[in-house]
Amino acid sequence: MADLIASNLGTLLLIVLQTLMVISFVMISLLFLVYADRKVWAAVQLRRGPNVVGVFGLLQTVADALKYVVKEIVVPAGADRTVFLLAPLTSFVLALIAWAVIPFNETWVLADINVAILYVFAVSSLEVYGVIMGGWASNSKYPFLGSLRSAAQMISYEVSIGLIIIGVIISSGSLNFSAIVAAQDGDLGLLNWYWLPHLPMVFLFFISALAETNRPPFDLPEAESELVAGYQVEYSSTPFLLFMAGEYIAMFLMCALITLLFFGGWLSPIPGLPDGALWMVGKMAFFFFLFAMVKAIVPRYRYDQLMRLGWKIFLPMSLGWVVIVAFLAKFEVLGGFWARWPGAGL
Amino acid sequence: MTIADIAFFAFAFTVVAAALFVVISRNPVHSVLWLILAFLSSASMFVLLGAEFVAMLLVIVYVGAVAVLFLFVVMMLDVDFAALSAEMAKYVPIAALIGVILLMQLALVFGAWATADGVAVLDSPQATPEGTHNTAALGMVLYDQYFLLFQLAGLILLVAMIGAIVLTLRHREGIKRQDVLAQMYRDPAKSMELKDVKPGQGL
Repeated sequence: MADLIASNLGTLLLIVLQTLMVISFVMISLLFLVYADRKVWAAVQLRRGPNVVGVFGLLQTVADALKYVVKEIVVPAGADRTVFLLAPLTSFVLALIAWAVIPFNETWVLADINVAILYVFAVSSLEVYGVIMGGWASNSKYPFLGSLRSAAQMISYEVSIGLIIIGVIISSGSLNFSAIVAAQDGDLGLLNWYWLPHLPMVFLFFISALAETNRPPFDLPEAESELVAGYQVEYSSTPFLLFMAGEYIAMFLMCALITLLFFGGWLSPIPGLPDGALWMVGKMAFFFFLFAMVKAIVPRYRYDQLMRLGWKIFLPMSLGWVVIVAFLAKFEVLGGFWARWPGAGL
Repeated sequence: MTIADIAFFAFAFTVVAAALFVVISRNPVHSVLWLILAFLSSASMFVLLGAEFVAMLLVIVYVGAVAVLFLFVVMMLDVDFAALSAEMAKYVPIAALIGVILLMQLALVFGAWATADGVAVLDSPQATPEGTHNTAALGMVLYDQYFLLFQLAGLILLVAMIGAIVLTLRHREGIKRQDVLAQMYRDPAKSMELKDVKPGQGL
């Protein structure tokens, strides 16, 4: 009996420790990602960016976070208090729990479940609630308009993300990330990854990821020139910090997804070099750099252009690609270039 | 009691409590939020049953799409729910009648209903056959065994979608639309003219 309790307790402790490890990885990366983001914009705009707190300003984000935490939480009069405070929590927690199924190396994953991609997709489809709840509970016009825009935007681009993911699933015959990365393993290194067979979809996925995470050029929910700051207008202090952190974590998750789905996860690009978690983190950092560059370079879309792009261009293209990939995989074209489940071609 | 049992009771209690709050909460937006909690908890119960694919679909379709629509409608409509709930007393007898009938049916099913011998196999809680994934098993059933029925269901949905579009589509005259391609292929030489304006003279 005592043995059983000890083993259960041991399992529980192990799970808690592993979870803490992943969370601390994400949170520490978050600190430096915000800094990197600001440094990249600064470099593009020929400014210096944060350079006062710590060496090269590396601790700027820590100082900002501390500042947010010690400020007073202002809840607007007439706001729905519970939902108002629940919204940033939802946003933050949902962004964080999606990391449970993200593998960093061959066996380095918290929950190695069969439907890992669907889990990430489900969690990211829930993220819209933080925005809607925040906009509604603020009891104010601009936040509400911002949240309506954001909800429509996130739902629109989720459709094309889902269809692009289906293409990758057809190619690998599995919904598990480890299996998808394993399907990209081969003698040719870089050329074995899915970016080559699924080339058009890489661009579509990247743009949809920008829209899904409300990043520029699709940051209409918080378009400061027309809506002040969208659903975040009434937020201050820690709730605002949670919204911000949730946004960045969701963005980093999208970088991880691009890496896992199209760029071989932890596989090394050059045959011969060892695979490892460092490749995974490096690729994620690279895609984060691209996210930051897009923010610095591309001007904001207009709302009707955003909707047109989502429904009239991305949806037909990704849907058509699913059909094409299904045929290419079924008939094992190019020696099974698109069909990599166990027992098929390559 | 194993951990799975504890989890089951926690989720089951959450479903029932959330469903109760959907009915009794005064604010309709809160009702929808409670409904979302009920959906999520029932999805967790699917996970406990080993039907993880169905659970994820429940979250994606119901919570991620349908409930967002509910939330939109409830936020936008200016319905006086206080007045509506004041009339609730009128409907209490019929609601009680329906409740009693449902309760009796449940009691019949779980208490006194006599079943044939083969039924025990049908309601066994095993969601996945041996040696395969839940998702693969579902795919086999839908796309191999019941292919025609599946396609038929898809066709019916397509007809419903086209019907909805036809019912709401109206062509309005005289509205300006943006034609992106036409804009992109405009020739600056044809649409723009540069004039050298002399000072003090104007055009």
